[in-house]
Amino acid sequence: MTQTRTIKHHLTDEILAGYSAGQLTEAADLLVAAHLTMCDQCRAMSESFDALGGALLDSDATAFAISPMSESSFAATMALIQTGPVPEMPKKPVKSDLPAPLGDYIGGGVNDIRWSTVGMGVKQSKLVSTSKATARLLLIPAGVAVPHHGHHGQELTLVLKGAFTDETDHFGPGDVEIADEGLEHTPVADTSADCICLAVTDASLKFKTLLPRLIQPFIGI
Amino acid sequence: MIFLKSLELHFCRVSKNKNDPLAIFARNATMIQEFALHAPASLRAMPAPTKVLNPQYKPRHARPVRHSKDHMQWITCLQRIRDTQDQAQFALLFRHFAPRIKGFLMKSGADATLAEETAQEVMATVWQKAHMFDPTRASVSTWIFTIARNRMIDGIRKQRRPEPEDLSWGNQAEPDQADVLSLQQESAQLVDAIKTLPEKQRMLIERAFYGDLSHSEIAAQTGLPLGTIKSRIRLALERLRHAMQ
Repeated sequence: MTQTRTIKHHLTDEILAGYSAGQLTEAADLLVAAHLTMCDQCRAMSESFDALGGALLDSDATAFAISPMSESSFAATMALIQTGPVPEMPKKPVKSDLPAPLGDYIGGGVNDIRWSTVGMGVKQSKLVSTSKATARLLLIPAGVAVPHHGHHGQELTLVLKGAFTDETDHFGPGDVEIADEGLEHTPVADTSADCICLAVTDASLKFKTLLPRLIQPFIGI
Repeated sequence: MIFLKSLELHFCRVSKNKNDPLAIFARNATMIQEFALHAPASLRAMPAPTKVLNPQYKPRHARPVRHSKDHMQWITCLQRIRDTQDQAQFALLFRHFAPRIKGFLMKSGADATLAEETAQEVMATVWQKAHMFDPTRASVSTWIFTIARNRMIDGIRKQRRPEPEDLSWGNQAEPDQADVLSLQQESAQLVDAIKTLPEKQRMLIERAFYGDLSHSEIAAQTGLPLGTIKSRIRLALERLRHAMQ
């Protein structure tokens, strides 16, 4: 899936650094991976933070963490290599009209999403659900306005198809809205097409500028 | 001119940091002054290039590159492993990186036994995936870090790790050496820059990557030269996109 429009709303450096350091939840990792698939600008920043991780690994600054390997470790590793690659999940490319990381979770494209009804034509499909964080796909029918609401937590929303507008701006494919607890808004899907988003609510994302929960009042997140 | 020279020396001495914007500014100011005094009259009439006076400006080749040789050697090492299954080269890589990976994993919460086993698996993956390494997008240590980090997440934290769609350069021809060298120099400079960070800032970054704190502790602007390496990676991504079309 290649970039087809200019993305206006990007991930923050804090989130990208957290992704590189491996400190985010699976739900947030999924949203980041989907956005990076659509946005080379953020992918380059993400790989720069990887470079920081690599520099730290190589640097004397982390000498405190170096831990000697056992004497037999090299032979053990060579034996491991002889037995062939560590068995991985066979990576059959999933055919999807959505970014590849989402295609993997859905097992296909938009038509393979198993929706459940929320109300007012709005549907959802949970992809990751743990005690710490949830990633769900949301479908807002074209032209539908989600009633005005506030947020009790933080939420990241990545637009996948269609677009929506709220008091802050217009969000199209690839854009991420980062909403914090204070945001009260009325998102309205564009009339041209249904809007499909990936929404992540994450208790561990404690940034000052975090995403709003799009329609939590009537999903009961 | 003498004043500027001493200014330059002063900043270099005080900051002990050749990347210090003030030191760079002083160095550039000296260069401009020399140009103004010694350049041919025909050139002297030209206005001084004002952007050189910007303290943020960093001349492309002004910074010493102490470690890029090491970085290039690790690449040769990986290529030998890939092409001739060279065990001696792999032993070099193992001796340097395996104890570092083990330490990283222990800081991330693994006990010594699990960290030892996982570090062996990471090194085995390095051997097996040597053909996937792209030296225009990462240094060897960065590539190994990402493998170790992903094993930390799925093997130790038992969590799935979604990754962006793969853009591996796979079957393409050998990458352009100039691109490789640039990226490896930027990587080497990052290692140097970590050393010169103020202690407090360095510790925040270390802890963020070595498991102790939440990511919110990583200051967005670390004071490290991430902008330059980002531009290089961006170019490499553009070339890949172009090649894939």
